[in-house]
Parts: sequence; C-alpha cells; structure tokens
Amino acid sequence: MKKHFHYEYLQSRVGYYTALLSMGALMLIGLAAAYYMEHHGHVVTGMTNQIVWGMPHVFAVFLIVAASGILNVASIGTVFGRTAYKPLGRLSAVMAAAALAGGLVILVLDLGRPDRLIVAMTEYNFHSIFAWNIYLYNGFFAVVLLYLYTQMSQDFRVRRFYRTAGTLAFVWRLILTTGTGSIFGWLVARQAYDLAVFAPMFIALSFSFGLAIFILLMTALMRGDERPVGVGLVNRMGRLLGVFLAAAAYFTVVWWLTDLYAAEHRPVVQYLFFSGNVYSWLYWLGFIGVGTILPMLMVFSGSARTSMKPVIFASILTIIGGISLMYFVIIGGQSYPLVLFPGKEVKSSFLDGVVANYAPTMPEILLGIGGVAMGVAITLLAAKVLRILPVSLADAEVDPHLAGGKVEELKKAA
Amino acid sequence: MSDQGARDRHEQARRDEIDEARREFLRNIAAASVVSLGGGMMLYSMGGEAQAKKPGEPLDPKKRWGMLIDTSKCTSGCDKCVEACKKENGWEAEPGSETDVQWIRKVDVKDPLTGFMASLPVMCQHCANPPCVDVCPTGASMRREDGIVRVNMHTCIGCRYCMMACPYKARSFVHEDIPEEKKRFHAPMGKGCVTSCDFCAHRIDVGRIPACAEACPEGAMLFGDMNDPNSELRKRLKEIRSYQIRADLGTDNGIRYTRLP
Repeated sequence: MKKHFHYEYLQSRVGYYTALLSMGALMLIGLAAAYYMEHHGHVVTGMTNQIVWGMPHVFAVFLIVAASGILNVASIGTVFGRTAYKPLGRLSAVMAAAALAGGLVILVLDLGRPDRLIVAMTEYNFHSIFAWNIYLYNGFFAVVLLYLYTQMSQDFRVRRFYRTAGTLAFVWRLILTTGTGSIFGWLVARQAYDLAVFAPMFIALSFSFGLAIFILLMTALMRGDERPVGVGLVNRMGRLLGVFLAAAAYFTVVWWLTDLYAAEHRPVVQYLFFSGNVYSWLYWLGFIGVGTILPMLMVFSGSARTSMKPVIFASILTIIGGISLMYFVIIGGQSYPLVLFPGKEVKSSFLDGVVANYAPTMPEILLGIGGVAMGVAITLLAAKVLRILPVSLADAEVDPHLAGGKVEELKKAA
Repeated sequence: MSDQGARDRHEQARRDEIDEARREFLRNIAAASVVSLGGGMMLYSMGGEAQAKKPGEPLDPKKRWGMLIDTSKCTSGCDKCVEACKKENGWEAEPGSETDVQWIRKVDVKDPLTGFMASLPVMCQHCANPPCVDVCPTGASMRREDGIVRVNMHTCIGCRYCMMACPYKARSFVHEDIPEEKKRFHAPMGKGCVTSCDFCAHRIDVGRIPACAEACPEGAMLFGDMNDPNSELRKRLKEIRSYQIRADLGTDNGIRYTRLP
C-alpha cells in the first residue's frame, strides 16, 4: 500500500526567528565584505596573480558540490525507491537549490566585475566549461523546482510525473557535478589538476558533503520544531555516509597514485601530498583522518545504532574534512608553480618557479560564510512557507523495516 | 587582376607609411646588430611585413603575427623589452610583487644538471590553440583573425579562469585602481578585469612593430607574419630550428625561441 506522509510548516518560535535573523546578519556582513573587496579591488584579499582563486572559491565550490549531493537524498527515494528516504524528498530539493544559490552568490560576488553579471548571461563561449556550467546551474534550479512541484502538487496528473522529474533531476545533478569537477580536471596547464578523475571524484565528494549537510540541517530543523526523528533512519543515513566517504577518499587516492606514476607529475604529488607542508596536513589529517576515517568509525560503530550522536558528529567531521579538501585542491593546487621549463630552475620578477603564498583575509572568509548563511536562510524560510518538513520521521513512520530500532522522540533543546 | 591591383596599392600604402623615426630606428638596430654579430645567427628586429590597417578595414585572417626570439643574444639582467612594454602600455610592477600587472617578464632558466643557462622574455605566447580563449565563459578572452590573443575589456567579468588555464603565466588580474596618468587609450586595463600582452595590436594595426621588439638593443626579437613565406620571420624560421615553451601542450605558440634550456 502506498504510504502517505504528512508535512507541516515550521512553527513560529523564538528559536526560529533567532536563527533566521542570525543568518540574515551573516548575509549582510558577507555582502559588506564583498562590497569592500569590490571597492578596493582584490588587492585587499589574499588572492594574487599566482593564487587567483581564494577562500571564496573554497566555500563556493564546496557548496555547489554539496548542493547536488543534497539532492541525492531525494533521488535515493525517488529513483532508487528507498522508502525511508521518500519523506525527505521535499526538504532535499529545497535545501539543494538553497545550497547552490549560496555557492553561486559567493562566486558572483567574488568576480572582478560582478556588475557585469548580465554579460555572463548574454555572451556565451560554448567552448568554456564555465559557460556550460552557467546553463547547468540555472537548469538545476528549474529541474529541482519542477521536481518539487511534482512532489507537492495536489493534482494527481502532476504527481504522476514525480518519478520522471526525479530521474531527470538525478541525471542533471550528475552532469552538473561532472561540470564542476571538470573546471579543474580540464586545466591542462596546471600540474595539480589536468586529470579526468576530478569529475567522478567531485561526484563522490558531493555524495558525502551533501548527505552530511542534509543530516545536520534535517535533524536541527526537526529538533528545533520538536518533531520526532528515528535513530534507525539516522543510523541508516550514517552508514550510507560511510560508504560515500570511502568512495570519495578512493578517488583522491587514484588522483595521487596516477600522478605519482608519471615522472612529469611526481614533483607536484610530492609537494602537495608528501612534503609535510600545510596542504599535506590538510589532506592527510584534515580530509583522510578527521574527514574520512574518524567519521567512518563513528557511523559504523555500535553506538550509532542506539544514538544519533555518532552520525551527527560524523557529519560535522565530514564537513570539516570537505572544507579541508577543497582548500587543499583549490589553494594547494594553485600554489604549485606553473612548469614552463620542465626539470629546469627558473627565476623571474613574476615569481616563476616560486611556491605561492596565500593567507585568506577576513573579507574573503566573511563572504564565504555569508553564502553559507544564505543557503541556510533560504531553507529556513522555505520550511516556514512550504510544507516540506515531515511531521514525523520516527522509524515506524518512515519505514516499517526500521521500526525495530528505538524511536527517539526528540525534546526541545534546553 | 583586381587582386593584383589591390596588392600593389597596399604595397604603396605600406611604403608611404613608414615614417622617418622608423628608418632611424632601423639604422640603429642594424648598427647594433652588426656590432653584436659574433659568428652566430643574426635576427633583424623588423621584417617589414607590418602594414597599416585602414580604420574599419577587417583584419586579414591570412596573417598570423608571431615572433622569433634569439635567446643567444638575450642577456640576463637586460630588461629593455620589459621597460619598453611598461612605458608603451602603462603598467608598473615592483619586482616580486604578487599583485602587480606584468605583461612581459624576463625569465632566467638554468639546467640544474649541466648548468646551461638562458635568459629570455616571456609574454603571452599568442597560441593558435589558446587555453585562455577556450575557457573564457563570455568570450572576452579572444583570438583575433590575425593571431593576436587579447582580452576584450568590455566583456571580461573578472572570473580569472583564463589565468588558471594559461600555461605561460601570461595573464594578470588588475587588483586595484590604475592611476589616471598610467592609463593608455590603446591598452585599456580596469580594476577587476584580466589583462595581458596584446602584441601591441595598436601599433601593428598602423604598420608598426611591438614596443618590446623595437626596444631590444640586440635585435633579438624578430616580429613578422608567420604565414607569409616571404616574410623575414618566416624565412628565418625555415632556416633554423626554433622552439616553443611547453610545445608538448600543443598550443602552437606564436612566440618561438632559437634555443631553450
């Protein structure tokens, strides 16, 4: 028998408005930071002619990659027919669009000429993966909205396209993340990039980033609104997170193993992964240790079956590891000097052959946080005006198979 | 028949537009070249192919502007070409600055095993397959019909993807306001946009050669039309072996060097 879930708006609580206002304040601070950067020029940032993409891109790429992964939660229910994930579809779609919007706002506000955004909308170079991404990002919003409409419509003639729209959204998000990964993978000039593995690696990363963010926001929203969440459901999501973490780490290993094998790329692998510099630490300690192994131990631990805390902590660690890896990829990759003369020593007034320094400045970080806040704010607002949050995610409600687990009625946070 | 007539008129126009300053410079360069000629090959700074383009006249797609740099004549420490470019195009760069604009720089290259050294100018390589043009989302990074790669300042949104893609580190981002006195009408640069060597397109379009080539006291920079079998540049490229920086990337550079370490 087809199961019907009940959704309800978020209630008006002090906590809700406090959260919304806090996000609004962070957005305003981010906007002010962007204005400061645009007014003075990028000279006030840590970015240079060597490190041309800085902290804003770390945040933006993380959010854009995560956005497609967040939508994956809905796809698991729609495309792969997992019952327990079905009530999460609406929230997943909204949160995915919100994360993408937050990421794109950061990217746009970091442009040298954000006032020329209209140019990016009217002048296209179809050789550019960037230009393709503009289509993919805009298309993502359209496809996700369509998907949401088929999920929420009262009209059965619309609802019957739910699975088709969900499949389209799933395919679209795979293509979108391929595009995001290819921004780096297709950079033949850069020793650290120039690898086809970036596209599947970014897809695997999107699964783990997206699921971690979804688990955190979902439980926060449910807890904040005093709605029940089943430990069995969270445990199941946690175990899936563990699989995604392993897949993402696998692709990064393929990256350095491939490059290590080619004499041409060996120096850059040694520099990035094995030289003991800040980037090596970010990869091994930040991404592999804190962001992969530790959360995997947590989600597969015995205590994750009776408490959702291990999965919550694992999600936080996944995000920390994800940001570490994005910094490693974007900043670390650029810091390695361009090789104009392979195997030769070079010296110039333009810092040829010199490892580039980069220290993120406050405006860059504030702009990044502003984008994250925007993603959260959109989700909060949407949950207030749309019926996207299930009334209950208790195990017995979402999936009879999970009902064996303990149903935890979450109480309002003290 | 009419083609022949048009060519003749072009030729006449070309001769007419060579000004006296250029003749004087040619004499100086010739003298300097003779002095510096030490048994090695000699490259002339002027091939003489640059023809004035009439306003509104379309660019000639049959042309491909290029340059051969004789690295045997290029000495470490000499940066006359760099200084000339700065003056011509209105940029200033503190040595070692991470944010200043640099259109051209001198790079000292050394083979750590053999100790072989060379000093050479590196600027936009004006590739036939430019990665910067491929990646630009708006098409602001563009390649002219005559092979010159440059940035359209009106459509550059400052995303810096071209800087990520250029294998030659030839592009700079304008990180701050440019003082009025430094601004050049022919080389527009604006805060928040990317900029790079445009082969002095404004000079080429009026039949002159790039400022760097003109300024080189050794006549080490031979500028001309790579597609014209009769050009000095093409003849020289046919005679001697020339090299491209990172030829393995297949970008087919317009800047060639006589030897690279």
